[in-house]
Amino acid sequence: METLWETHRTSLIALAAALVALLSTVIVVPETQQAVIVRTGEPVNTVNKFKPNEPYGSTGAGIWWRIPFVDRVERIDKRVLSVDMEPQTVLSTDQLRLNVDAYARYRIIDPIKMVQTAGTLATVDSQLSQILSSVVRQELGRRSFASLLTAERGTTMANIRTKLDVQARKYGAQVIDVRIKRADLPDGSPLESAFKRMQSARKQEADTLRAQGLKNAQIIRAEAEAEAANIYAAAYGKDPNFYDFFRAMQSYDTTFAADSKSDSTIILSPDNEYLRQFRGQR
Amino acid sequence: MDIKDGMGRLVGLAMAGKSPWGGSKKPGDEPAPGKPAGDDPAPVEEPAAEHPADDKPAKDRPTGPRNPWLPPSDEPRRSASIEDIFKHRGPEGPRRMGGSGGPNFRFPQRPGGKSWFPLAIAAIAVIWLGLSMVHQVGPKEEGVVTTFGKYSRTLTPGLSLTLPWPIQRVDIEGVSEFRIEQMPEGTAQKLMLTGDQNLVDLSYIVRWTIKDLKLFRFQLSAPEETVREVAEAAMRASVAEKELNDVLSGSGRADIEQAVTSRMQSILDAYRSGIAIQGVQIRKTDPPQEVEESFKDVSAAQQDADAEINRAELYAQQVLARAQGDAASFDKIYAQYKLAPEVTRRRLYYETMERVLRQNDKTVIESQGVTTYLPLPEVKKRARAAMPEAQ
Repeated sequence: METLWETHRTSLIALAAALVALLSTVIVVPETQQAVIVRTGEPVNTVNKFKPNEPYGSTGAGIWWRIPFVDRVERIDKRVLSVDMEPQTVLSTDQLRLNVDAYARYRIIDPIKMVQTAGTLATVDSQLSQILSSVVRQELGRRSFASLLTAERGTTMANIRTKLDVQARKYGAQVIDVRIKRADLPDGSPLESAFKRMQSARKQEADTLRAQGLKNAQIIRAEAEAEAANIYAAAYGKDPNFYDFFRAMQSYDTTFAADSKSDSTIILSPDNEYLRQFRGQR
Repeated sequence: MDIKDGMGRLVGLAMAGKSPWGGSKKPGDEPAPGKPAGDDPAPVEEPAAEHPADDKPAKDRPTGPRNPWLPPSDEPRRSASIEDIFKHRGPEGPRRMGGSGGPNFRFPQRPGGKSWFPLAIAAIAVIWLGLSMVHQVGPKEEGVVTTFGKYSRTLTPGLSLTLPWPIQRVDIEGVSEFRIEQMPEGTAQKLMLTGDQNLVDLSYIVRWTIKDLKLFRFQLSAPEETVREVAEAAMRASVAEKELNDVLSGSGRADIEQAVTSRMQSILDAYRSGIAIQGVQIRKTDPPQEVEESFKDVSAAQQDADAEINRAELYAQQVLARAQGDAASFDKIYAQYKLAPEVTRRRLYYETMERVLRQNDKTVIESQGVTTYLPLPEVKKRARAAMPEAQ
């Protein structure tokens, strides 16, 4: 060891110095980043700048160089980034409130502009977030409540995206997509009244079902009675006279039965048919 | 293999150094008992840092601390001075464990006097090359190779070789395994507005895989979060297009699952995310807890209606059966009556009268022109007495 150090001292020091120089000159830009080389405060070059539809492997990523201590490298994310909005209360044209939570997806397409205007990604993020909330409130506030729920169907989301994109371009960013993540009724009275409405709708459904049941039951009973009347008519119609007699007998039996509610006292005249023989042959 | 051998020797040396018998190694000395006996010829050499001060000039002279239990060496014996005692409490003092470092550490030597240092360096280099050049990619995995940060190729399952670490880097990721996102996390109810402005408590899972690893790694800053957000947006949009009853019904749920899957896939494809949505399963769609009672009441009402209809049908059966029975009995009597009308008629009349009059009070008034006295108060009294019985 000592001998190695003694004999190759100068070359070892030179090697170390070369290594340090190499490390401070060469920069590695991965696929997920784009770099802006800032020379004495002025952006002079970009490495691995975003170009649409560029296949990976033929991008500008990889090794690049800089002048040590003169060039500063600003590394900026090249990937699709997200802006999350603070949930907003939107008032629809029919004066109903809706809590809306949206997100946007964007990408830095002009890193030099971004470094000049915003500096860091965090700044871009917070700026875009504020712009997004105001644009969302503006655009959704022009619509009725029912169409707020199906905002995707119309041009609303496209409008929001275009408006946000115009602002984002100033920061060298491009807005790819804006989506409504959640749309909820605010807590408190709007939610309560929605629940009440649902309850009354269900109550109506329940009452209708019960009424339908009663109606059907009535029809079934009436049909059965009609059928029974038909049967009776067919049977008794053969001899109405005899039916009258037969039914009268049955009726007496039932009316004057021992277990009838009130006692009966029957006063018979001797002229009665039943007592005809009672009087003897006169 | 080299390094292991080297380590073995190193351990042996360290233990020899710590031996209470010291290292007064004259050539040909037997290894002291308690020492890892005869592990290698290294102990023959001068153990490191036993006498650091003395050693420097005479590296190859076998001297050690004077040992009172051993026959005197060629050095004149002298009593232990305070310096000796403190010298032995150096980094390799008798009670120190482990450490072979310290300011006076010197690399152990190979037999023949050469240093282990180059071999150790070589071994580390081999391990480093082996670890960073050979990559095993499992059956569900793929690996992305980047050369100085730049994408160069994708590794398929199997064993593959790349350049070593600072030049090429490999990130292996399970691509075909199903990843599951559960929405919402936890068991809290998550209400969603339906197209008819009702609320539904909905939870679902999203299963996804990676279909293009390089897009997945390089295109999105937070892929999992993106999947979750896209899922929420797609589900909300799809539910808002349906009415509450459709959402609660089975076929409506299947429609929504289908719609969410295709909607998510198209959004994620627009982001060029390299993610494939394998499926969306709605686990439950319930009415909100606050109105659950009302929904239960609807099914109760359905039961009530069914019960009412059942009762009506029972009644219908009874009425019909009775009518048929009455008609049948009338037919039988009538058949007899036809055979002997007068007799049958009389017989029926007398039988009925018998039954009727037997069970009731009778008053027969023989003579004509008697005004009948009806004891009405008595009749009423009797009626009143009969009332409680009846009740």
